[in-house]
Amino acid sequence: MAASGSDTVSVVERTRPIAAGGVIVAAHFLGRIAAFVLGEEAIVLVPPDGEPRRVAAHDGAILDTAADDGRVITAGDDGKIVATDADGASSVLASDPKQRWIDHVALGPDGAVAWSAGKIAYVQTKESNSPSNKQSAKELRAFEAPSTVGGLAFFPKGFRLAIAHYNGATLWFPNASGAAPEKLEWKGSHLGAKVSPDGRFLVTTMQEPMLHGWRLVDRQHMRMSGYAARVMSTSWSAGGQWLATAGASQLVLWPFQSKDGPMGKTPRLLTPSEHRVDVVACHPRTDVAAAGYNNGLVLLARIEDGAEILAKKPGDAPVTALAWSGDGRLLAWGTESGEAGIVDLG
Amino acid sequence: MSEQSLSEKIPVSEKIPVTVLTGYLGAGKTTLLNRILSEPHGKRYAVIVNEFGEIGIDNDLVVGADEEVFEMNNGCICCTVRGDLVRILDGLMRRKGKFDAIIVETTGLADPAPVAQTFFIDENVGRKTRLDAVVTVADARWLNERLKDAPEAKNQIAFADVILINKTDLVSPDELSDVEARIRGINPYAKVHKTQRAKVPLDAVLGRNAFDLDRILDLEPDFLGSDDHDHHHHDHDHHDHGHDHAHAHGGLKHYHDEEMQSIAMHTDKPLDPDKFFPWVQDLVQKEGPNILRCKGILAFKDDDQRFVFQGVHMILDGDHQRPWKAGEKRVSRIVFIGRNLPGKMITEGFESCIAQ
Repeated sequence: MAASGSDTVSVVERTRPIAAGGVIVAAHFLGRIAAFVLGEEAIVLVPPDGEPRRVAAHDGAILDTAADDGRVITAGDDGKIVATDADGASSVLASDPKQRWIDHVALGPDGAVAWSAGKIAYVQTKESNSPSNKQSAKELRAFEAPSTVGGLAFFPKGFRLAIAHYNGATLWFPNASGAAPEKLEWKGSHLGAKVSPDGRFLVTTMQEPMLHGWRLVDRQHMRMSGYAARVMSTSWSAGGQWLATAGASQLVLWPFQSKDGPMGKTPRLLTPSEHRVDVVACHPRTDVAAAGYNNGLVLLARIEDGAEILAKKPGDAPVTALAWSGDGRLLAWGTESGEAGIVDLG
Repeated sequence: MSEQSLSEKIPVSEKIPVTVLTGYLGAGKTTLLNRILSEPHGKRYAVIVNEFGEIGIDNDLVVGADEEVFEMNNGCICCTVRGDLVRILDGLMRRKGKFDAIIVETTGLADPAPVAQTFFIDENVGRKTRLDAVVTVADARWLNERLKDAPEAKNQIAFADVILINKTDLVSPDELSDVEARIRGINPYAKVHKTQRAKVPLDAVLGRNAFDLDRILDLEPDFLGSDDHDHHHHDHDHHDHGHDHAHAHGGLKHYHDEEMQSIAMHTDKPLDPDKFFPWVQDLVQKEGPNILRCKGILAFKDDDQRFVFQGVHMILDGDHQRPWKAGEKRVSRIVFIGRNLPGKMITEGFESCIAQ
């Protein structure tokens, strides 16, 4: 394993350690404030110069999360969808009337929020800033998928949502009530969805250790397989040239530069290890990907030549969360045992 | 049969045990569940129930499941998982520490196999939780009828590690022994308990470790029901079957189910691993849809370790268990429970794996 060599560049000494106090399931940045989402109840906000602050969000498990620059959206087994901003102010965006688990949540580029409970996907349009028509400006639309929703993703442009489910995915325009949702079929259980930044491809993670993709213009299929485990994390590189994926004992990057996407091409394989990559996060500005392993190791890899930088030494728990700040200078990581860190790359 | 999978890296004792309750409609699953929850055991349970269930469950952590059964995309039609369980167990494990064990109550028509296969197939599920046992509740009065007209009921009996013959107060002693003999004809290996209102000691249904390779100790048929004072040993293999028939052994009837059987084989000659593994893998590839469960303890030639394995349909899981003890008889035993199994072919195949 290359990273264990003494000549590997390390940024470990630039890490600010954080005790999150619970299983970490995701990390985000709200500007320069790191947000560590716990498996239960709370988000831990860490300002650059301040103390970590625990903010309660749910009465129970946090099942999924999404974020933009201004807020972290969390979905809970208490049936609530909660927005938390950088100041630690939380608001309940919606509550399921039957208190069903909110399995998935997604944020649209225009601030719209989507979530799912069982087979039903919901979209809430962005809240109006005008206090007088606040209620009427927030609209809720629902779509019933053929089976339990496995994942949600907004398209980068246009008010359109990709919904992954059993035997395929559905593309839904929540505002076009007359238009029939578009169905994309592929046998099997699709558990996660990602739309490419240019909106040309939809990629789903499957129950099997593989990904499936559709080139949307002609619905051409793409099968991306060879993984050791179910792929639980994927990330588009800056500009969408590569899709970095977890689930193998190395960082697997599928090429999406050409109009054919990865069809007929082999992926680029970086940072080989005897351990499995569980979580990936691409740098927001340059072609660098962070890979978190199930032995606690975090490596940064330059996609062009595979050059590695050590960001976290192996520890006692799998890495469960990785996030870059918008300017790409800070990297947050978190583990299953509640250990966390913010690496300042300057 | 990989000897080292990721799921084995976490000690079994740290995994949350999951007990699956099955049983045909009205047999008493919910009664058993409520009994488990209300006993003063000091344990906290997370309960996964069918979301369309009618009877209330008195427990803090109850999750509704929709029993979505998915086929895996691996060309194997019997390789199915419960998609909702993958999702729910992942969610529950985020609250690790809030409960000690998980109980899954299935609907009366459910097949236990997809539930069990979920633990073998999904690495994320298998890493944090372990299947403890499949417990089937059978209605003493109606089981015989259901075995004739409901394939689901027969599946649930064949698949079970523990069977409660419930509502024994509604049948005569003769009828009860007839039901027991029918159950034995399908599955001689499950622990059988006769109950009224599902009253059974909790350790009879929980903490069974029935799917733990390290706990596969012996594969003797369990004719000795723990609350049965009329013991009879039946010591013959169940691989030759014709039509449904019964014969008496010292008073207790013995049935061979015409559709579902168990095939038990043993040999004190060492097996050749280079013959055994290809044979068993080929067998489950071909007969997987019909094989519900299999288990084995194996003694290989030139190998001082006991090898144990188990399987559900086409999925096999096996490992070296421990060294054979000094003086311990090195006998290989293997059991298949399934539907219309080709007994002669299986027996001959097993015998051909004996090392020369």
